[in-house]
Amino acid sequence: MAETKIARRKWRLGVAFAAILITLFTLRISERPVRAADPPGAECLACHGDKTFNTTRAGKTVSLYVDGKKFATSIHASFGCTGCHADLEGKDFPHDKPARVKCGTCHSDEQALYSKSLHGKAVARGDALAPSCVNCHGNHAIYPVKDPRSAVAPLKVPFVCGQCHSEGTPVSRTRQIAQDNILGNYSESIHGEALLKKGLAVAPTCATCHTAHSILPHTDPASSINRKNIAATCTKCHSQIESVHRKIIRGELWEKQANVLPACPDCHQPHKIRNVFYEMGMANADCMRCHANEKLRRARDGKSMFVNIDEASHSVHGKKGIACSQCHSEVNASRVRPCETITKGVDCTSCHDEIGKLYATSIHGQLNAKNDSNAPTCKECHGTHGILNKQDPQSPTFAVNVPNLCARCHREGQKAAVRYTGTQHEIISNYTESIHGTLLKNGLTVTATCTSCHSAHHILPRSDPASTVNANNVPNTCGQCHHGIEEQFENSIHSKKVSGYGKPLPVCNDCHTAHSIHRTDENSFKLNVMGTCGRCHEKIAETYFETYHGKVSRLGYTKAAKCYDCHGAHDVLKVTDPRSHLSRANVAATCQKCHAGATRRFAGYLTHATHHDPKKYPFVFYTFWGMTGLLLGTFVVGGIHTLLWLPRAFQMRRELKAAEAAAENGEPHAGKDTKEDGDA
Amino acid sequence: MPSEVPEKPAPLNTPRSEDPERQFVRFTRLQRILHICMICSFLSLATTGLTLKFSYTRWASVVSHLLGGFESEGNIHRAAAVVMFGVFITHLVDLVRLKKREHLSWRSLVLGPGSLVPNGQDLKELIGTLKWFVGLGPRPAYGRWTYWEKFDYFAVFWGIAVIGSTGLTLWFPVFFTRFIPGSFLNVATIVHSDEALLATGFIFTVHFFNTHLRPEKFPMDITVFTGRMPLEELKRDKPREYEALVADGTLEEHMEEAYPPIVTRTIRIFGWAALAVGFSTVLWIIYAVIFAYQ
Repeated sequence: MAETKIARRKWRLGVAFAAILITLFTLRISERPVRAADPPGAECLACHGDKTFNTTRAGKTVSLYVDGKKFATSIHASFGCTGCHADLEGKDFPHDKPARVKCGTCHSDEQALYSKSLHGKAVARGDALAPSCVNCHGNHAIYPVKDPRSAVAPLKVPFVCGQCHSEGTPVSRTRQIAQDNILGNYSESIHGEALLKKGLAVAPTCATCHTAHSILPHTDPASSINRKNIAATCTKCHSQIESVHRKIIRGELWEKQANVLPACPDCHQPHKIRNVFYEMGMANADCMRCHANEKLRRARDGKSMFVNIDEASHSVHGKKGIACSQCHSEVNASRVRPCETITKGVDCTSCHDEIGKLYATSIHGQLNAKNDSNAPTCKECHGTHGILNKQDPQSPTFAVNVPNLCARCHREGQKAAVRYTGTQHEIISNYTESIHGTLLKNGLTVTATCTSCHSAHHILPRSDPASTVNANNVPNTCGQCHHGIEEQFENSIHSKKVSGYGKPLPVCNDCHTAHSIHRTDENSFKLNVMGTCGRCHEKIAETYFETYHGKVSRLGYTKAAKCYDCHGAHDVLKVTDPRSHLSRANVAATCQKCHAGATRRFAGYLTHATHHDPKKYPFVFYTFWGMTGLLLGTFVVGGIHTLLWLPRAFQMRRELKAAEAAAENGEPHAGKDTKEDGDA
Repeated sequence: MPSEVPEKPAPLNTPRSEDPERQFVRFTRLQRILHICMICSFLSLATTGLTLKFSYTRWASVVSHLLGGFESEGNIHRAAAVVMFGVFITHLVDLVRLKKREHLSWRSLVLGPGSLVPNGQDLKELIGTLKWFVGLGPRPAYGRWTYWEKFDYFAVFWGIAVIGSTGLTLWFPVFFTRFIPGSFLNVATIVHSDEALLATGFIFTVHFFNTHLRPEKFPMDITVFTGRMPLEELKRDKPREYEALVADGTLEEHMEEAYPPIVTRTIRIFGWAALAVGFSTVLWIIYAVIFAYQ
């Protein structure tokens, strides 16, 4: 039994050994083909490992040397040469120039970002200066980003970018890049110092803010450095930053509404970010060290630089605790005079974004964009430091003050009025005398001022379809207050929706005028309305003046029926429309407004009868000519009778005079002289 | 129409220097008052009415404004219309009273010698006048009423009927449209205003000429206001009537003292005013109809 056990153990060992051998042998076989090309690209390096191996392309000698040792340590070593140069797989030697390596085959996400980036688009355009993958990452010696040997390791990134973006490079000379001395500024900044001088590998490099592959201009909404995104970019590292900015910027707004607040670079200039206590230089008190001086003047043009801090602190901004530097955002706290870095005026749109967009589309904004010196900007209307809420009676934008505000330019003789070529003149004085102006003078602040109709920030000429005073928009504009009337009007024949009439139809201002709107119960309106309607309804207005209503109206009698008394004012409809005031069903009631007891038969009076139209008004026509005939006949008979009489009458007069003279000469005369006649 | 019997007959040939002149009485006091009323009424109606008819002239606005605006003009027009109706009715009543007083039959009232109803004699005189005009005969010996005076007299009847009836229709349109169609108001307007234009034009030209502006009467004949005319003038203008009265021997019954100069002067002032209004109106009508017609 013992022998049997031993024999069995020996057999088991033998099997195990055999299995190990088989396994090892099998492994060797399976490794053998790879190993055959070892070291990586050995076959390729047979040629490319030679440092003198080169070729001539377009007249230039190009080295074809590949450092095999570096490649062997690169992250791509295991893929061999054909892993990237796939087009050379199985090619005979010497092979042609290989195709450009497509890194995106494996790195598809990076490739997608890159293609949309500034660099990727430049490459697609064929820009010779635009970098592709290899310009940053190198070609054969590619290492993981964290590896210090990597070309894009944090410490190397500023230099990789600096190849193109440092002073004097072709890119910095020939491309429009708003920032200058980028690399120099960065290396002196707190970020650059940490990275380059202190070796802090987590300090932000170029790619931290600009991203590695998705580099976009700051104007692109998708850019990591766009105004709207910059806060998110900075807070990747400065995650608690809002707590230290609370004095200037309310933390919650800073994140929720980054676009309406100063963005990080407004204070911390890009690339120049310094380790200084910024708030110091931005406190109002610091500004007031100089600007409280009433005699402070700007050297350039002598303009007073005095700031009335009382006024500023009572302004709508002052009350909200908004500091000088939040509007004058270009100040640089690191300077002795923080304001010397200011290059531009205050940009209100950094907070008042929506209004800024409206303004830019308005005629004021358009002119301002053309650098027209007459164009008003925010401050022309709102003021500067003492800006008050429009609900404040002291504010120039308070309803009662608005006409005077606009009058500064739009009063006759002022700069806007002299440029104006349209039909509206004496705008301000007409408005002041209008019903709206009168109500405003009486203190009714909800009445219409300039801005109620023209809007405050979206002012456009009447010809612009987007204008609130464009003919198509006028009913809606007036309807903001006169809603009921707008509803009536929109259902009347004058509304395009009802009439479907292609030509221009009257809107509110065609009858009520634009600026000199008067009460409709004033005589001037009542007596002019026929002329107003008559501008379009020429014939029918003429015939109106041939009838009683028209004639007495022309004499200044305001109680006679005017166009609107019969046809309706805003609810004018065709007389054939059953809803019209003049339809069969309604006409008697319409007449009864003035003629109590009027019947349908009474309404048969022809309110537009003319004796010039025999077809439409035969009775009137023939009566007129009959009467005219009678008149002419009578006058002709009477006239001829008189004319024939005249010579005889003169003859009689002469005879009488002669008789009278004879009587005075003592000739006896039976009767008396015509003493009466003589006296006369 | 026969006139009032003078109360105090006086000798015809009393010396001028001592006694007031005695004149032939042609119109009764009521007739004179009625004529003055009619002048006032007619001028008011014409002025106010024509402002409406010629509302398109600048003049109309001015006159309308002077008369206190259109509403006031309407009141004047209607008040004057009432006066005109009053004058007309009073005259008719006076005729009836005359018939009773004189114990006339209707026939003799209408066809008698003093009547204003045209007759064969008028036709003869018309023809005679036309002959005289062209130099084919002497001036006819007119009687109490010449044919043109009769024409003027009945023109008023016609005018009252036509203008009055249409005027009432326009005054009370709601009432009248119970019986007539509304469009008749348009017709009434034309008839009313054109007939008024005829009346105005005729009175202020032909009537004015016939009565006042004839060279031998120039500038005006105030008989209708004083009711008296010099006997000489009666002999010359109405020879047939004069001769009839002389033949009757009733001439003296019709003679009365002339009014003192103060009265005639006042009357002349009134006459001038009426003439002035009339002529202005004629000028305005000519301007409106010929130069400013719309």
